[in-house]
Amino acid sequence: MNRVKRTLAPYLLVLPGGLWLLLFFIVPMAAMVSLSLQQGDVINGYRFTGHWQTYVDAITDYRVQLIRSLVYGLIATIILIVMAFPMAYWIAFHGGKRKSTYLFLILLPFFVSFVLRTISWRQLLTDDGVLLHPLKEAGLLSSGFHILGTPSAVIFGLVYNSLPFMVLPIYVALERIDPRVLEAARDLYAKPPTVFSRVVLPLALPGVFAGVLMTFVPASADYVNSQVLGSSSTTMIGQVIQAQYLANSNYPMASALSFMLMAVLLVGVFAYARALGTEDVMNAAAR
Amino acid sequence: MTTQTLTPPVATRTRRRRITGARVMHTYTWLIILWLVLPIFVMILFGFNNPKGRFNQTWQGFTFKWYKDVFAIHELTSALWLSLVIAVVSSLIAGAIGTGIGYALGRYQFRGSGTLNLLLFATMASPELVMGASLLSLFVSLNSGLGAPTIVIGHVLFSISFVTTVVRARVITLDRSIEEAAADLGANGWTTFWKVTFPIILPAVFSGVMLAFALSIDDFVVTNFISGNATTFPLYIWGATRVGLPPQVNVMGTLIFAAGILIAVISNLRSRSKAKRD
Repeated sequence: MNRVKRTLAPYLLVLPGGLWLLLFFIVPMAAMVSLSLQQGDVINGYRFTGHWQTYVDAITDYRVQLIRSLVYGLIATIILIVMAFPMAYWIAFHGGKRKSTYLFLILLPFFVSFVLRTISWRQLLTDDGVLLHPLKEAGLLSSGFHILGTPSAVIFGLVYNSLPFMVLPIYVALERIDPRVLEAARDLYAKPPTVFSRVVLPLALPGVFAGVLMTFVPASADYVNSQVLGSSSTTMIGQVIQAQYLANSNYPMASALSFMLMAVLLVGVFAYARALGTEDVMNAAAR
Repeated sequence: MTTQTLTPPVATRTRRRRITGARVMHTYTWLIILWLVLPIFVMILFGFNNPKGRFNQTWQGFTFKWYKDVFAIHELTSALWLSLVIAVVSSLIAGAIGTGIGYALGRYQFRGSGTLNLLLFATMASPELVMGASLLSLFVSLNSGLGAPTIVIGHVLFSISFVTTVVRARVITLDRSIEEAAADLGANGWTTFWKVTFPIILPAVFSGVMLAFALSIDDFVVTNFISGNATTFPLYIWGATRVGLPPQVNVMGTLIFAAGILIAVISNLRSRSKAKRD
């Protein structure tokens, strides 16, 4: 009896959560794929016809936005690595007793709504706002200069909103490095640049990989930053999907687009995670 | 000291270089932190602004009136209230079912755990946009209505993996000999779990629930897809930007910010004093 109980225990514990994941993650994905192959309209309902032409239309009509989203996501991710590394490095090796204070400060933005933060940036970056107006008055910028509405503004927003997700995993990886390893490298006459490139960097790479996972996917699929800080020339695929679902109620097209986006991103992510092991990434994510 | 007298030029040079390098990075770290908190300053500041028109964009004078009238806008207040209710409900559900999975994965080896891990990873890795879009596809296909219950479904979904990860980490590091001691003293499995194991993993469950609460109250992307006519706090902000954001939003944002920091600092101090006691 006891033995039966013990073998059943994990399944009973997993059951409610597993069902939730099945019903509201797997089944919806299937529903989305099925919807993308249906035809019809909101009033008369949809029927499954295996109409894969929607995918062809999706690619011809919106490949610009899809590629643009991936490019913005990629540029933001590269900027994030360059920006986050020195910061994570300094906190891990020179933060001393104040390490947790620095991490807390980095997490401060999360205590404010994501939408509200992005709107605050629009307020700061407007053509005659507190940041640009003084520079224009001083003649440092031409009066026609503007940031809002440009790709730079959108990428700026993506970088701003993702920075903590890049700093933290890199920090965790660097923090784990045993100081004795660095000492050993120095004892073996490695110069500081060599210690960095041959010891610190390889050990930090898992953190960088985790950071890339946590920033590239959300950044590429984002539609808040391009909506708030961008213009019609910076439209990202997320905005298109959102409009097709909620404004046009063109569900087959919307489903086809989100399935394509997910396929592109998840194939990349799983190829990536397979090479690295999912548990490390998840642990880094939870920290 | 002795090494410095023996080889003065090399030692001082490398030493000075290392210090300047660290100093540059120190300044850099603080600049980035300033950059991170700059929009928060703006939000707090404009809660005290006294704008003439509808747009709370430029500084026009100091006032406390928005703090006095913080609940004056009915739709905003009910949006905040709905966000709080959804956050409480979804974080408790996610806490309960996420703890189940986390405990099972940390403690037992069972068939299907690999698939489960993969599934949890997939929910964490897939973009919120796709999560919201696929849930909407399901609700559209079922012809079911949208509203607070569907929002809760979505929020629990993206919170489960976070609760699970936090709880599992705690269960793995659990000292099994404490449970064995309880069993030796005659406690059965049930008693051991509730009297010994559960109190030990409770802090992890609590931080998982807090994390789920924070994710839920701030969520915009998933909610926007599956809200129907229900309006949460982030959705209200999103809708109001076109017609001008009322300063009450800044006040509520500031109060949520303050409450969040207060909770974080208190729980940090408590765990610190507990660590000292132990």
